[in-house]
Amino acid sequence: MQYPQHRWQPFIAHRHDLFKYFRRLPTLIAVVVFVAVGAPGARAETLKIAMIETFSGPFAPIAHNQLNTYRMFADLANQRQLSGTGNLIEVQGFDGKGSVQESLSQLKTVIDQGYRYISQGNGSGVALALLDAVNKHNQRNPGKEIVFLNHAAIDPELTNGKCSFWHFRFDANSDMKMEALTAFMENDAAVRKVYLIGQNYAHGQAVSRAAKELLRRRRPDVQIVGDDLHPIGTVKDFSPYIAKIKAAGADTVITGNWGADLALLIRAAKDAGLGVKFYTYYGRSAGVPTAMGAAGVGQVRTVVYWHENNETFSGHDLATQFRAKYDDDLYFVSIVTMVDMLARAVKATGSVDPVSVAHGLEGMKITALNGEVEMRAVDHQLQQPLYIATWSALDGKRVKYDQEKTGYGWKTERKVERHVAAQPTSCQMQRPLKR
Amino acid sequence: MEFALITLLNSLCYGLLLFMLSAGLTLIFSMMGVLNFAHASFYMLGAYLAYAISMWIGFWPALLMAPLVVGVLGALVERYGLRAVHRQGHMPELLLTYGLAYVIGELVQLIWGRAPVPYRIPAGLDGSLFTFYGTSFPAYRGFMMLVALLMLVAIRCLLTRSRTGLVIQAALTHPEMVEALGHDVPRIAMLVFGGGCALAGLAGVIGGNALVTEPSMGATLGSITFVVAVVGGLGSLNGAFIASLLIGLLQTVAVAIDYSLRDFLSLCGLSFSSGTDLRLHPHPFWDLTIAQMAPVLPYLLMIVLLICRPRGLMGAREG
Repeated sequence: MQYPQHRWQPFIAHRHDLFKYFRRLPTLIAVVVFVAVGAPGARAETLKIAMIETFSGPFAPIAHNQLNTYRMFADLANQRQLSGTGNLIEVQGFDGKGSVQESLSQLKTVIDQGYRYISQGNGSGVALALLDAVNKHNQRNPGKEIVFLNHAAIDPELTNGKCSFWHFRFDANSDMKMEALTAFMENDAAVRKVYLIGQNYAHGQAVSRAAKELLRRRRPDVQIVGDDLHPIGTVKDFSPYIAKIKAAGADTVITGNWGADLALLIRAAKDAGLGVKFYTYYGRSAGVPTAMGAAGVGQVRTVVYWHENNETFSGHDLATQFRAKYDDDLYFVSIVTMVDMLARAVKATGSVDPVSVAHGLEGMKITALNGEVEMRAVDHQLQQPLYIATWSALDGKRVKYDQEKTGYGWKTERKVERHVAAQPTSCQMQRPLKR
Repeated sequence: MEFALITLLNSLCYGLLLFMLSAGLTLIFSMMGVLNFAHASFYMLGAYLAYAISMWIGFWPALLMAPLVVGVLGALVERYGLRAVHRQGHMPELLLTYGLAYVIGELVQLIWGRAPVPYRIPAGLDGSLFTFYGTSFPAYRGFMMLVALLMLVAIRCLLTRSRTGLVIQAALTHPEMVEALGHDVPRIAMLVFGGGCALAGLAGVIGGNALVTEPSMGATLGSITFVVAVVGGLGSLNGAFIASLLIGLLQTVAVAIDYSLRDFLSLCGLSFSSGTDLRLHPHPFWDLTIAQMAPVLPYLLMIVLLICRPRGLMGAREG
């Protein structure tokens, strides 16, 4: 008689005997399910995008505006079947609270929920962290890759040193915008002494760096008389900075400021009677026109990829529709272009698999609201024309539509062609094979 | 020379704005010993109510009505909120005002939304008061300075000349005796808290249209009012006045100083090249200029003062 090796031996032997009947069953179930699900056939696919943005706090209105833009244009794309018959695009918002930690936590949540596309734009710091996490996830989980659609984060690093196959940027990056601004300033003889002022974080520092470099190249005669960085969202009284600008004798100010920082700076300049021209990145962003009001008329210029008073007034009907639906102005045409391109990629490749769609997006050329745009394959940076516009009173001819019901709108000074703003890139990304 | 004079004028204006914000806070602390965390929220509420009333009637009625409404709300908070937790000590009172700050913040966003509202300077005050070496001084800033000074004078007069003021001053140090003499001390406390909130509301009415009126307007200003209160000495109105002028001067003058630690060391004869790789550390701290640190300097001052002289500039010693 064989003694059991240890006290559990009889039970194990017993379980082994019973299980031989059940061993075949899971395999059988798996085969049935595989056949049912994996069977090829015309089936509606949904491209689901998880938008990880700052939905709370002072910058919440921007994120809500972006989500509404996504929703409206995804609905339009679905109605017109732009992604192919039956295919849909859906967008859901997740609150990243503007912090890296919280956004990464939301990324884990959306991965668990099965999202394969994420979108973010407000804050390059968060964008860099998310891209890093997405790269690592894709490396460790082949077959479950995620694509990062960037609609507003403009740190040039994202398409240079930190570029990645999984990242697509639909906004013109910080260097491209500076190239457009300086191209405009090149022919402006009134620009002789330039003052740089910005918020003291990655974006403000990048703008200052780019301004110095590009002005040196395009207008070596221009003197940079000041370079100030102030803490973000803290300064309430800009009059000391205005006094400094005046003491330096500047005639032009370049700033990457946004939100209350930009509005207060322009108001302080108007209060002090300082007649400098402001060249801004975000003069058109949410809340700034309301806060500027009559203060910046004729003085404030901005670089944008689209505004309602463009040369053909294209997009006016969509902007009116958006205003009627959400009681808010349409700002983020980068999202409109993104949804359009995604729909076409899905239709062309016939699937919503991220790798196929990503390959489909590379090199895509479409006619967007601001003209012909191209998703450059080498670095995944959208090449698009840019507008330099001045804050002006409505005149019914060139400035027909106002912004944020202020009675003032943007007047096109120049449309900078795609090739002018295009930047060289140091990107060397590794591409996965096409599926 | 002209730059120095303009800087002095700007610092005076900014200092008086800070005083307007922190006067109410100091008053409430000196009377009730509770640091009102919701002070900045009442400031925000004052601005939003002034916006609503000025849209409806006009700016000047709003200037009168909005602080009154905020004062009444403050009195109600004291009567039904703070008084109930008063017997449990200072910590629960503090926590109540802390929670209140969040509640008011969310209420404002529910009613007026999350975006900035177009609360504008009235047409009569929109313009230049005088031109000083080519820089125009806005009329509205002059108005702000006037209101701040009137506030100081009015509070002083109220506390020292009127009967209520004398009772308040007595109740600061001997509340039981005052109550024994027949005065209603809890009612006085309610009036003081309401008055402090009304002052915050008035600051909101005046400041809301010069600065941007948005849901986060209280957050950044709230911290600087605490600095003013602490530096001046908790409980001293004169101290708050001097501290606000001092902080205004410090912050405004610092913006004009473009020297960094490296410049200072080279003045002393020590120069060094940046040995660190600028790609890894693009902003070494010795290149940080005083102008870049300017908005942070008041907090630095507060830390230094708490180490060297914890009772503040003119505060009374504890115990």
